[in-house]
Amino acid sequence: MKTAPSISANIETAWNLEAHRLAPDEVQVVFSGRWCIDQDLPSSEALHAELTADTRRLSYRSDDLTAWDSGFLAFIAAVQKFCTARGIVIEQSGLPQGVRHLLGMAFAVPERKVSGRKGGRRSLFFQVGTETIEFFHGLPEMLQFLGEVTLSFGRLLAGRAQFRMSDLWLEVEEVGPRALAIVSVICFLVGLILAYLGADQLRMVGAQLFIADLVAIGMVREMGALMTGIIIAGRTGAAFAAQLGTMQVNEEIDAFKTLGISPIDFLVLPRILALMLMVPLLTLYAGFIGMLAGLLVSKTIFNIGVFEYYTETLRALEIKHFLVGLSKGSVYGAMVAYSGCLRGMQCGRSAEAVGEAATSAVVTGILLITITASLLTIIYYQLGI
Amino acid sequence: MDTEPHIKIHNLSMGYGDFVVQHDLNCVIDKGDIFVVMGGNGCGKTTLMRALVGLQRPAAGTVFYSGEDFWNVPQEDQERLKRRLGIMFQSGALWSSMTLAENVALPLHEYTALPPHRIDEIVSFKLALVGLAGFEEFYPVELSGGMKKRAGLARAMALDPEILVIDEPSSGLDPLTARRLDDLILELRDSLGTTIVVVTHELASILTIGTNSVYLDTETRTMINTGNPREALKTGDPKVRHFLTRGEA
Repeated sequence: MKTAPSISANIETAWNLEAHRLAPDEVQVVFSGRWCIDQDLPSSEALHAELTADTRRLSYRSDDLTAWDSGFLAFIAAVQKFCTARGIVIEQSGLPQGVRHLLGMAFAVPERKVSGRKGGRRSLFFQVGTETIEFFHGLPEMLQFLGEVTLSFGRLLAGRAQFRMSDLWLEVEEVGPRALAIVSVICFLVGLILAYLGADQLRMVGAQLFIADLVAIGMVREMGALMTGIIIAGRTGAAFAAQLGTMQVNEEIDAFKTLGISPIDFLVLPRILALMLMVPLLTLYAGFIGMLAGLLVSKTIFNIGVFEYYTETLRALEIKHFLVGLSKGSVYGAMVAYSGCLRGMQCGRSAEAVGEAATSAVVTGILLITITASLLTIIYYQLGI
Repeated sequence: MDTEPHIKIHNLSMGYGDFVVQHDLNCVIDKGDIFVVMGGNGCGKTTLMRALVGLQRPAAGTVFYSGEDFWNVPQEDQERLKRRLGIMFQSGALWSSMTLAENVALPLHEYTALPPHRIDEIVSFKLALVGLAGFEEFYPVELSGGMKKRAGLARAMALDPEILVIDEPSSGLDPLTARRLDDLILELRDSLGTTIVVVTHELASILTIGTNSVYLDTETRTMINTGNPREALKTGDPKVRHFLTRGEA
C-alpha cells in the first residue's frame, strides 16, 4: 500500500518533506531540496501525526537531497528520539552516509536522565523562604570564619602566623595611600554639606561661628569614620572579595591548603591588618579635609576669619572626639576587611561567583558598618563619651 | 571553480611589544584540510590561533580567508568573516551565567532566524554529538574540565562554521573521549566539508587526524612547514621528527 504524499513543502526555501505509508505499519519519509539552518525548516513535530500508534517501521529516502547541515541532522535526531520512545524501528539506509555517521556519534553516548532541573518559575514565597533559610545557614559559616580569623590573630601574637611581611606592606599601600584621592574628594564634599546645613540653621540665631564646632566634631567623631568606612567597603572590600574569589576559581587557595599553609594566615590576616592600620589614619585625614571644607565655606560665604575658625575648632575638639573617631575607624576597617575576605573565601568556582562575592562583600560591609555604628553610638552615649 | 586556498597565512609575524613570538609564517590550508599547529610549550601556537580568529592583530603580515584579507578589510567585512569561523578555546570558555543549552543556543539566536523549538533541537543534537546529551540544563560550574571543553566544541559548531579552530582539544580528556573527539573532527570534515585548524601537541591526535601541519620552532621563532604529519614522521625535518617521536629520533 502506498498512500498519497503528505506533509509539506517550502517552495521559497526549496526544502521538501513527504511521508508515504508503504504498509499499514510502515511509513517512508522522503526528503528533497536543501535542508540547511539558514532556512525556515519544519519542526520534527510535522511528522508526529503520520507516525500513528500502529506504525512500527520508519524508513527514509533522500535521493534528491541537494544540501544538508545541522538543521537536517537535528530534525532527524528529534524524529529518532520520538520513534525510539514509541518503539518504532528506524531504517536509516536511505540517509546520506555522513548523516548516518554523525547520528551514530550523537546517539553513541546515552542521554543523561536528569530530573527536577527545569523547576519552572519559583513563587515569591518559595524564594523568600529559600533566601531566609540560606541566610540562617550562612550565620554559622560567618561565625566559623570569625573564629578562624581570631585564631590567626592568636598565632600572629604568638609569632607563628605564616605570612610575608612584603604582602602586608603591599596591602597597606593599596588600601591607604592609594585611597587618599577618593577619600579627599568625598570627605571634602561631606564637610561642605555639613557646613552649609549648619550655617543655615546657626545664622538664624547669629551663631555662624559655631559652624567650626559642628564641622569639627561632626567630621572627627562620626562622619570621617563613616564615610571612610563606606568608601573602603566599596573600594577595598570588593577588591578583597574579587582577589580571593579569583584565587578560589584558580585553585590557588587549595594549593595553600595542600602545602599545609593556612590561607587565613597567608591571605586574610595581612588584609585585615592593613585595613585596621590604615582606616584610622584615613579617618583622621578625612576629618582634617572635612574641616578644611568647613573653613572654606565659613570664609567665603559667612566671612569668618581663618584664625577665628581655627581657634573655635581647637576649643570645640577634645581628645575624646579623636578617640571615638579612631576607634570607629578601626572597627569599620575590621568589618570591611572581614566581609571582603569572608565573601572571597566563600566564593564559588566561576566568573559569575566572583562578581557575586564582590557585590556581597560591599553589601555585607556596609551592613556591618551601619550596625556597629549604631551600637557604638549607643555605647559611647551610655558611657558619656 | 574556487582557486583560492581556504586559508592563507601570509608573512605573518606576531609578538607582544618588542618580543617576537613567531615571524614570517606562510602556510596554505585547503578546504577540508585538518591543519595541525604543533610545537613545544611557549612556541606561539595559541598566539597564532588568536591571530587567525581576530583576537590579536599580527605585528606584520595577514591572513586570507578565501582570498579576503582578514586583517585589512573594513570592520563589517571582518565581522562577516568571523561568522564563518567556529572557535573552541582551550578551557571551553563557556559563559558561566548560562546553562549549556543557552551557551550553544546564543549564536543561533543571534545569527539565525530559527524559531526557538528548532534551536532547541539543534542544541540538543550538538550536545549529543560531543557526548553531552541530557546536560542541557547544567551550568558550566557543574561540569568537569573535559566536559566544559566538549561543550565549548558544541558551541563552536553551533552555526556549522566553514572553518573550525580548536585549541588543545584532547588535553585533559580520557583516552576514549579523546579518541571520540578525534573521530568527531574527522566526521565533521568528511560529512560537512569543514576545514579544521587544530592547535595541539597531543601526538596521538596529530598523527590520527592531521592531513597538513606546521611546526612552530621555539629557537628560530619561525615555522617549519611539514605537510602531512605522518609523512613528516618518516621523512620530515629532524626537529619535527624529534618532536613527533618524543625525542627518540
